[in-house]
Amino acid sequence: MHITRGFTGRPRVADPGLPPGQYDAGDDWPVLSAEVTPDLAPADWTFRIDGLVDQPRTWDWEEAHRLPPSAYEGAIHCVTSWSKFGVRFAGVSLDAFWDVVRPHGSATHAVAYSHTGYTTNLPLADLTGGRAWIAWEYDGRPLAPEHGGPARLLVPHLYFWKSAKWIAGLRILDHDEPGFWEQNGYHERGNPWEEQRYSGD
Amino acid sequence: MTDTFVPPTRFAVPGRIAVSEQAASVWQTATLTGIRRETARAATFRLAVPGWPGHLPGQHLMVRLTAEDGYVAQRHYSIASAPDDSGHVELTLDHIEGGEVSGWFHTVARPGDRVEVRGPVSGFFAWPGDRPALLIGAGSGVVPLMSMIRHHRARNLAVPLRLLVSARGPEELIYAGEFGAETTPVFTRSAPEGVPVGRMAAAHVAPLLAEQPSGGWEAYVCGSNSFAEHASRLLVTAGQPVERIRIERFG
Ligand SMILES: Cc1cc2nc3c(=O)[nH]c(=O)nc-3n(C[C@H](O)[C@H](O)[C@H](O)COP(=O)(O)OP(=O)(O)OC[C@H]3O[C@@H](n4cnc5c(N)ncnc54)[C@H](O)[C@@H]3O)c2cc1C
Repeated sequence: MHITRGFTGRPRVADPGLPPGQYDAGDDWPVLSAEVTPDLAPADWTFRIDGLVDQPRTWDWEEAHRLPPSAYEGAIHCVTSWSKFGVRFAGVSLDAFWDVVRPHGSATHAVAYSHTGYTTNLPLADLTGGRAWIAWEYDGRPLAPEHGGPARLLVPHLYFWKSAKWIAGLRILDHDEPGFWEQNGYHERGNPWEEQRYSGD
Repeated sequence: MTDTFVPPTRFAVPGRIAVSEQAASVWQTATLTGIRRETARAATFRLAVPGWPGHLPGQHLMVRLTAEDGYVAQRHYSIASAPDDSGHVELTLDHIEGGEVSGWFHTVARPGDRVEVRGPVSGFFAWPGDRPALLIGAGSGVVPLMSMIRHHRARNLAVPLRLLVSARGPEELIYAGEFGAETTPVFTRSAPEGVPVGRMAAAHVAPLLAEQPSGGWEAYVCGSNSFAEHASRLLVTAGQPVERIRIERFG
């Protein structure tokens, strides 16, 4: 570590909720996506889970909304260094989907893919146990298209590039398969508390 | 299952530019060797990076500043310079009001200072100079696009290259003196005599899409999120395929 001459940074209070290397973006919610924001109406949105599961299945908007509602309130962390506190998302816990499709015992990982073709990989363990959602509401309103609306994956305990916008499906695998940013040098898992930003971290 | 799953997509992951994992994960000490003013709000910072692994036009790096108490701030910055073997990279930073990192660069930094850098990171927005490129940027979003133009010139590339760049006025146009026939500036607040004032519009994009080079354009859009949304929509409306639009959003 090299001290930068004359750099003090902003006055700060130690915030135990802030992972290392992150700052509090406050009311800002920066948008980071590499592709054109798709024009995707709720009526055209579908969500599929297949691969190593007993019952591969596709849900449409109405069917997904009939699953038990679930909400997340807490923080999100972007690899570009901002964190955002007290966000409120509503949708369905992925556990409700797992109950239907039932992953095989050999399943270890998932590739999440979006309606645009974006992909990201996750260990299955990060998508179970009430830690991941399909979210379609933010702060009581429909999720905005540029933030992944009509529906996005939400895995708030990992860096936010794992929370695929415009989620289209999960392919369940017995091995890990790097997604879009992971092929572009980002970390396989992306745990903000361990600062797993780039591969090799 | 060993086959690689290909999702149903309109937006192809290019995957054609490998990123060096080694380079992306190592922090290196860079020494500031020069500062060049571009506009009242933007300046270029030249850094000597002894172990720089090289980059492609369009890539960015991370800069890390560390305070005496161990507090760390890190930000992404696009590389402005073309790839060369000088062991230097140049960054062009906007001075953001109240900004931690850009504020340090603009008010404290002087030649001889050292900062840490890591990269280059991400190959998605990179342009190796292989395909016709249609570049659209606003504000400091022109930085990675300038690296492409400089590369095009340095290598005397014949592949078509065009730049549409938006700025509030001529005095805020970064690299104004360096643009050539490939560039069309768009001014949103004030413009020289005879040049219209207004937002980038379909009329700016249409002529460029009308002159399709063989193989079609690869479009690169860079700037604030609202600009990126606006410009990418103009491109899609004008017929540019979505899977051939790459966007770098500065937040
Ligand atoms: C891929 C990529 C490439 C980029 N390339 C470039 C480039 O080439 N050139 C360039 O100029 N920028 C670039 N950026 C933007 C850059 O990374 C920084 O976001 C920018 O320089 C601002 O950083 P900062 O530390 O100066 O400001 P920050 O400290 O991050 O502040 C940003 C804004 O938030 C406000 N703010 C945030 N937190 C607080 C707080 N606690 N208290 C008060 N105010 C606060 C500040 O007042 C300011 O208005 C790029 C971004 C990305 C993602």
